[in-house]
Amino acid sequence: MSEFAQLAQFVYKGAAPSVKELTQKMVDSGTSPMEIITNGLLAGMDIVSPKFKNGEMFVPEVMMSARALGEGMKILKPLISGEDVSVAKTIVIGTVSGDLHDIGKNLVVMILESGGFNVVDLGVDVSPAKFVAAVKENNAQVVGMSALLTTTMLNMKETIDLMKEEGLRDQVKIMIGGAPVSQSFADEIGADAYCADAMAAKDTAGKFLK
Amino acid sequence: MLIVGELINTSRKAIAEAVDNKDAEYIKKIAQEQVDSGANYLDVNCGTQVFNEVESMEWLVNAIQELVQIPLCIDSPNPKALAAGLALCKYGQPMINSITDEKERVKAVLPLAVQYKAKLVALCMDDTGMPETAADRMRVVDSLYAKLSNQGIPDEDIYFDPLIKPISSVDTAGEEVLGTIKGIKSTHPEVHFMCGLSNVSYGLPNRKVLNRLFVVQTMTLGMDGYILNPTDKGMMGTIAASKALLGQDSFCVNYLKAHREGLYAE
Repeated sequence: MSEFAQLAQFVYKGAAPSVKELTQKMVDSGTSPMEIITNGLLAGMDIVSPKFKNGEMFVPEVMMSARALGEGMKILKPLISGEDVSVAKTIVIGTVSGDLHDIGKNLVVMILESGGFNVVDLGVDVSPAKFVAAVKENNAQVVGMSALLTTTMLNMKETIDLMKEEGLRDQVKIMIGGAPVSQSFADEIGADAYCADAMAAKDTAGKFLK
Repeated sequence: MLIVGELINTSRKAIAEAVDNKDAEYIKKIAQEQVDSGANYLDVNCGTQVFNEVESMEWLVNAIQELVQIPLCIDSPNPKALAAGLALCKYGQPMINSITDEKERVKAVLPLAVQYKAKLVALCMDDTGMPETAADRMRVVDSLYAKLSNQGIPDEDIYFDPLIKPISSVDTAGEEVLGTIKGIKSTHPEVHFMCGLSNVSYGLPNRKVLNRLFVVQTMTLGMDGYILNPTDKGMMGTIAASKALLGQDSFCVNYLKAHREGLYAE
């Protein structure tokens, strides 16, 4: 098995220490960091994604894989020069105003990061103004919003409306998710996509940022 | 033990459609099924009807009460929907789901509990979010308890919900809940508990097994209220068996009743 395939297997198995060790070894022997990311780490997540989708793997296993991938990224990130990093692939994400739930949002962040996206996580209780400021500051192309409460999901609309006012709406794609949210709600408030789970968020972001 | 039937919730597609089509017969049918299966209260939640929650709440409460005479658990984070539902409750002591220790929520919901002499589900969270540690949780419990007591809410009308997180995301989520029950029991022995069950197993296979075992574990420490699907025979059978094993079922009457009703069929 090639080192790339081995690394992908380690990510798939969620073996963080092995990922760390092998990544370092490959770096030391002169393998290109970008290649390690693409053909090793992300290739590992590419094994995980379909298995999660069709019910062969489960949330804790995906989190283990994401954590293992993170160990490799820690070593590689400082080594790749600016233009290689996906600067054109920035996603701003947060739980909307008045809502403090973050388990689902954190999972989405982890999965997006493991998909190679640059994710700016604004945390919970994020006001429309904060979303707007973060989009400007990071020149983001995608905004992800989460809400777990029926009382806070309308704040997604507030955020979208403010994006329009600020003239940012055409620059960003907006995807939303959370237990009370649905495709019809996304249509109603003018979001670009509803994502049922973290994998859907990753696929959607992939389409938006192609 | 208090069983709150959870099925009348517009986040379930069939209920949302019934509300949209004003199909009272379907709502009544679901209400009756839950009562027949042993629910003591029926939860009413139409929070997903964000643009007409108040009207939907009124319609649901009236529809249910056309057929069944059972106290209702009015469930909304929106005080206006709570008020609208409570005003229409005709049978027994209503329940409010829920209050938290968030400033705005206390201000809006506590007066409703006083006005309608309602039982109150109290979520263990405040303006800083869901507490991480057991100590943080107890601080929220004590702070909220003090506010409720001050307004004359009797201990036996308070139902603390420890808020259950999925063990798939937080390894210690189950154990945290057990610790919280112990903590609340020791400081406020007269209050009750309420919790939903499906969160704990989110993201994992064989969810029914996890949910049923968690009922037994939490009951063992004193949890005495659940919001669940009472037509889930396996779950109701587990609860009846657990009660018998905990010495809460004289002459095993209810366990045997559950047996005769076929709740333990393979």
